Amino acid sequence: MSTDQALPAGALSAPADAVARRADADRRADRFFRYLVTGAGLFVLVALTGAALSMLWGGRLAFSTFGLDFLITTDWDAVGKKFGALVPIYGTLVTALIAMLIAVPVSFGIALFLTEVAPPWLRTPVASAIELLAGIPSIIYGMWGLFVFVPVMSTTVIPFLTKYLGPLPIFGPLFQGPPLGIGMLTAGIVLAIMVIPFISSVMREVFLTVPTRLKESAYALGSTTWEVAWNVVLPYTRSAVIGGIFLGLGRALGETMAVTFVLGNAHHLTASLLMPGNSIAATIANEFSEADSEIYLSSLIALGFLLFIVTFVVLAIAKLMLMRLNRNEGNR
Amino acid sequence: MSAIAEKLYRRRRFKNGVALTLAGAATVFGLFWLVWILWTTLANGIGALKPELFYQMTPPPGEDGGLANAFFGSVLMSLLAIIMGTPIGILAGTFLAEYARRSLLGETIRFVNDILLSAPSIVLGLFVYTLVVKQMGHFSGLAGAITLALIVLPVVVRTTDEMLKLVPSQMREAALSLGVPQWKVTVQVLYRSALPGIVTGVLLALARISGETAPLLFTALNNQFWSVDMSGPMASVPVVVFQYAMSPYDTWHSLAWAGAFIVTVFVLCTSLIARAIIARRKVAND
Amino acid sequence: MTNLNLAVAASLNVTTPSDQATSAAKITARNLDFYYDGFHALKNIRMDIPEKRVTAIIGPSGCGKSTLLRIFNRIYSIYPKLEARGEVMLDGENILDPRYPLNRLRSKVGMVFQKPVPFPMSIFDNIAYGIKHYEKLSRADMDVRVEQALRQAAIWDEVKDKLKGSALGLSGGQQQRLCIARAIALKPEVILFDEPTSALDPIATGKIEQLVEELKRDFTIAIVTHNMQQAARCSDFTAFMYLGELIEFGETETMFTRPSKQQTEDYITGRFG
Repeated sequence: MSTDQALPAGALSAPADAVARRADADRRADRFFRYLVTGAGLFVLVALTGAALSMLWGGRLAFSTFGLDFLITTDWDAVGKKFGALVPIYGTLVTALIAMLIAVPVSFGIALFLTEVAPPWLRTPVASAIELLAGIPSIIYGMWGLFVFVPVMSTTVIPFLTKYLGPLPIFGPLFQGPPLGIGMLTAGIVLAIMVIPFISSVMREVFLTVPTRLKESAYALGSTTWEVAWNVVLPYTRSAVIGGIFLGLGRALGETMAVTFVLGNAHHLTASLLMPGNSIAATIANEFSEADSEIYLSSLIALGFLLFIVTFVVLAIAKLMLMRLNRNEGNR
Repeated sequence: MSAIAEKLYRRRRFKNGVALTLAGAATVFGLFWLVWILWTTLANGIGALKPELFYQMTPPPGEDGGLANAFFGSVLMSLLAIIMGTPIGILAGTFLAEYARRSLLGETIRFVNDILLSAPSIVLGLFVYTLVVKQMGHFSGLAGAITLALIVLPVVVRTTDEMLKLVPSQMREAALSLGVPQWKVTVQVLYRSALPGIVTGVLLALARISGETAPLLFTALNNQFWSVDMSGPMASVPVVVFQYAMSPYDTWHSLAWAGAFIVTVFVLCTSLIARAIIARRKVAND
Repeated sequence: MTNLNLAVAASLNVTTPSDQATSAAKITARNLDFYYDGFHALKNIRMDIPEKRVTAIIGPSGCGKSTLLRIFNRIYSIYPKLEARGEVMLDGENILDPRYPLNRLRSKVGMVFQKPVPFPMSIFDNIAYGIKHYEKLSRADMDVRVEQALRQAAIWDEVKDKLKGSALGLSGGQQQRLCIARAIALKPEVILFDEPTSALDPIATGKIEQLVEELKRDFTIAIVTHNMQQAARCSDFTAFMYLGELIEFGETETMFTRPSKQQTEDYITGRFG
């Protein structure tokens, strides 16, 4: 291992002032690059702010004409040019609520299954399959919903619900009406399916971060798997679980195509879940091309602004909850 | 064990059994819907597949035809969206990972980016409508591409940020200790190291925008005819599927299923390829 | 009572006293303090690194030896909240002066890290990477320079047929020698080694130690190591650090057989560490 031909050290062919000039060029290039990336970063901020402001601007006519009543009126009259957001808001909230009521326990069950029950060889395939649900475009959900699910609902499920739950005292009024198939319940169920993969994958990821020694000490005391999950894992990951739920909620509130197909686009406010309704996103999607007056258009954009604000708040809460777990993780 | 403890234990065991069975049932429940939806799409879509889809235009109401202009429009707008969104996304992600890793500005941008990531796409469509369509006076494929770019952007930002953070700090230091300036280190060494991850991010973004319908409704609108003019309305597969599915015509329904099937296959394949890249990288690094 | 093994290792060290006595200082640190986010990590360091010799820096975890090493090429400056005060002279110029060009410093002072980090490129490109930034060489000249560097790092024979292959395909020990070749390619005057063999197996470690011995013919070498036997085997001078202070500095053989400070003796005999 001889070192033949080793030139004397320090003999870089470039003389000192060339190196210095290089240093200046490098410094300038570094500064330029820094401006470039900073600009790109700020662009992200600008994009979001721009979205919010542009919708506020577009909706200003509606807000100024109707004022706060916009939020509580049920009118939706294209001819008389009176618009109110209550029906879409109601529909958005109700369908999202139904979706969450179904999706949260199911997601928890899936996450529990994948982290504690399933044998290792089963975990990845099943987890991937569930995530596939998240990848399916919402328009496919819409089409399947309209052509396949709705008929099933109208022929089997809804008559069943109307017959057995309709007569009940408190919940009864929720289950009234002809078996149209489309309606808030159907939309809620479809949304639930769309949202399950999001919530369950956050839950699963987060359950996996629970330190094994914590679980092992519980098991050593004789706890069952369920008890460990409910009393150790869930409290430890509480913030992140809530974060995941809010993430799913944000998705459910803003979902357009799946809901548009199966909600019915009806501007009536009814208590029954089996009746058609409307959601903010579905209204905008369905009626945008028909909007023939400034005030109509402005009302639709105003609806968009409301949706934006609500989802922004929900997603911000989700993010904060998820960040909190990361911080606690770091401190433990 | 005493009798009471025995009884309590049995009850706990029972509860455990019930809970875990329900967990399994929930999983089956989830998978059930997946299978049903995919099966429906497959069954209806395959039956509607025919070569005409690729060279005939979208037909007038009630008639039969193809989806050629819709495919073309989708491809064009998606490509443009990726070309517009990816560079900005990579640069912004670089900013977050290399220049602002723990600063307040960096954290704010990351926060905002994550919200943009999960925001309803219909909102982004309205944004571009107000900004571009209203200004231009008419719908356009360009506006559609811009909206899709806004959906691509946060995905690429996030992926780039995460991937760059994974590059070991010693690699950064090793390159810098050669006297190479930071920008060159980032572009020539770090990007190279993070490339598979960044490509995955782009592919995932592509999968996402391929299925997007709502934002295109008020930006690109639709176009019954073949068009290469980005400054005018442009057809896209999801929008055509939406229009045709909501119509009362059988021929249109058939075309809608064909379109839906092709979109689903494309989206799933792209996601699988993206996953495969990540998986291969994991194996290589172990 | 010094550790017999270390004493034997030190005595087997081939350098003669006359070599050591006539060596000038390549790097001198005076009144050097270093702060991590307010924490006073290095205290009033005063040290001379002799030219064309191997100086080992040893000490228990957290004593500041890596921190000190990383000041010599100012690699700490990429991180916020790290600050160095005082003087570090290289060839008569204070490298801590903000006006001293960073790339000139880094062309004179190379560094090899604990974890072998080949760039995700071919072997040839790895070596050529640094050179390309400073010089415009013809294809033939670049080939010569790359070969020289690989020869000097004792890895030429193993890679000469796969220069275009990815550097990631090499073994750990080979990757580390590649990184050494990469640093050598810029023809620096000083090479800093930060625990270069802690991630390698004994055979690879042995090869690198042998390489370090040969490299001192052309380069000034400073090597941080937590392995005392390594310091005893391959260095001419040793610096012992503890809690941010330089406790003792001297010829390796003396340090390991007749250390003048009690703390040094305690560390070397394993009473703490």
